Amino acid sequence: MSTSRTAPSQPHTQMSPTSTESSSTAQATTPKMRASNVNFYYGSFKALHDVSLSFEANKVTALIGPSGCGKSTFLRNLNRINETLRDTRIEGEITLDGENILDKDVTEIRRRIGMVFQRPNPFPKSIFENIVYGPKINGMLKKTSAAEIVEKSLRRAALWDEVKDKLHESAYAISGGQQQRLCIARALAVDPEVLLLDEPCSALDPIATAKIEDLLVGLKQQCTIVIVTHNMQQAARVADTTGFFLLGKLIEHDKTDVIFKNPAKRETEDYITGRFG
Amino acid sequence: MTSRNTRRNAVNNVMLALCGLCAFLTVSTLFFTLGYLVYNGGKSVSIDFFTKLPLSPGELGGGMANAILGSAEVVVLATLIGLPIGFFAGIHLAEFGGKTFSLIVRYTADLLNGVPSIVIGIVAWTIIVVPMHHFSALAGGIALSLMLIPITARSTEQFLLEVPRAMREGALALGANKWRAIATVIVPAARKGIMTGMILGIARISGETAPLLFTSFNNQYWSTGLSEPTATLPAMIYFRAISPYDDWHQQAWAAGLVLLALVLLANIAARMVISRGVSLPK
Repeated sequence: MSTSRTAPSQPHTQMSPTSTESSSTAQATTPKMRASNVNFYYGSFKALHDVSLSFEANKVTALIGPSGCGKSTFLRNLNRINETLRDTRIEGEITLDGENILDKDVTEIRRRIGMVFQRPNPFPKSIFENIVYGPKINGMLKKTSAAEIVEKSLRRAALWDEVKDKLHESAYAISGGQQQRLCIARALAVDPEVLLLDEPCSALDPIATAKIEDLLVGLKQQCTIVIVTHNMQQAARVADTTGFFLLGKLIEHDKTDVIFKNPAKRETEDYITGRFG
Repeated sequence: MTSRNTRRNAVNNVMLALCGLCAFLTVSTLFFTLGYLVYNGGKSVSIDFFTKLPLSPGELGGGMANAILGSAEVVVLATLIGLPIGFFAGIHLAEFGGKTFSLIVRYTADLLNGVPSIVIGIVAWTIIVVPMHHFSALAGGIALSLMLIPITARSTEQFLLEVPRAMREGALALGANKWRAIATVIVPAARKGIMTGMILGIARISGETAPLLFTSFNNQYWSTGLSEPTATLPAMIYFRAISPYDDWHQQAWAAGLVLLALVLLANIAARMVISRGVSLPK
């Protein structure tokens, strides 16, 4: 325990914000999103320490680490949903297409950066109304009809065939796995450029999980995906790059197979091999 | 080992029986009250009771049509004033409140909830009846609304806080601003609970007597407007019950039965309306 507490700070201080993603994947294109030196506080507790990480367009990035390591906190800053909690504070910069999202209108940011939560959270409305909710509040129904958006979004979330005959039934009438895909469809309905997923499969069985994983691999053609997961196999299956968090710090971020087969940091290796966490 | 098991089983059985007995007592209170009212009041409930005005002492018969209408008038007025204020205050408490301000409002609401209704009556009498120089339905409505506001505010707050955080975040994450999320997702999700709380609040104030004695008072005739003294069922029960006439006592029982029946009917009807539509899981 003592090693894992002291060790991360040393390599981290040597890393400049850009060196973290100076892996071979990161050099080719400009990132879709980039977090630079992000510190985050819950009251006086510092939950994130100087995290810098960038997300390539049309790639899946997985964030892994033990419980309480800050991976979800970090994810929840990427669409500023953490702002809704009392007594929180953020420092640093998070950009979307080069613009700092912390300076922009938050509702517009959240339209462009969608989020799917740990447990399915459909609204107490029909399946149809759940999908239309986002487009409606964002004034997108003038250009496209509601029915069109609903079908397109449900198809993108691979749910259309299962629910097309019960669109006007309660969203609670379908299974947990279907509800989670409904939540993905609801997020996709506003055409987000980035999709954040916070342990989206933790409440689901393996079959429902597999469906969502297949879906994510297909979806990355259309948007940039960031997924927080407890499940390392899941990260290995879906992610192009993986970031490892420990005690509020980003220890390492690299191509997924590098992280899993040949990590640069000892903490990462310890975690991957199951020595702790 | 076996003696221990015997003891455990005995405790188990005794406690189960005790809980069952208490549950039975709870329900039987309602049925006993209902039965007693039906027995005593049923005799005097007739068509006349709903259609005729009260008669002077000594004359047999007559009804309480004016009091039934008056009660409805006062309760509707209290609802129109009290529900919106209580509802929005509840939203503020649950969703917007800063720490200190919420604490004060919440604490005040709880205190107001506990204020004896006769005190509410005196307050309404002082601030409305005295300046107006006469009793009025308006004063009665305002007095009852003072009771309805804290009930509604606190129950609305409770049910809003029960909506899972994930649901709020789900709406915000789609680009909804806070009010939009509250109006379109959070309040609808808590709708059943909020409305049930409101109905219970209205049912509660419908039977209040003390505030009305100081405000709307009573009237032998139809009241001609909101600024007139107005007969209500609870006040009528009070004045009839303390009178020396047997016939009037019978009418007090009847009024009690009608009041209870109206409140129960409104309650059941409202619950049936609420039970339609999508509800939260679990």
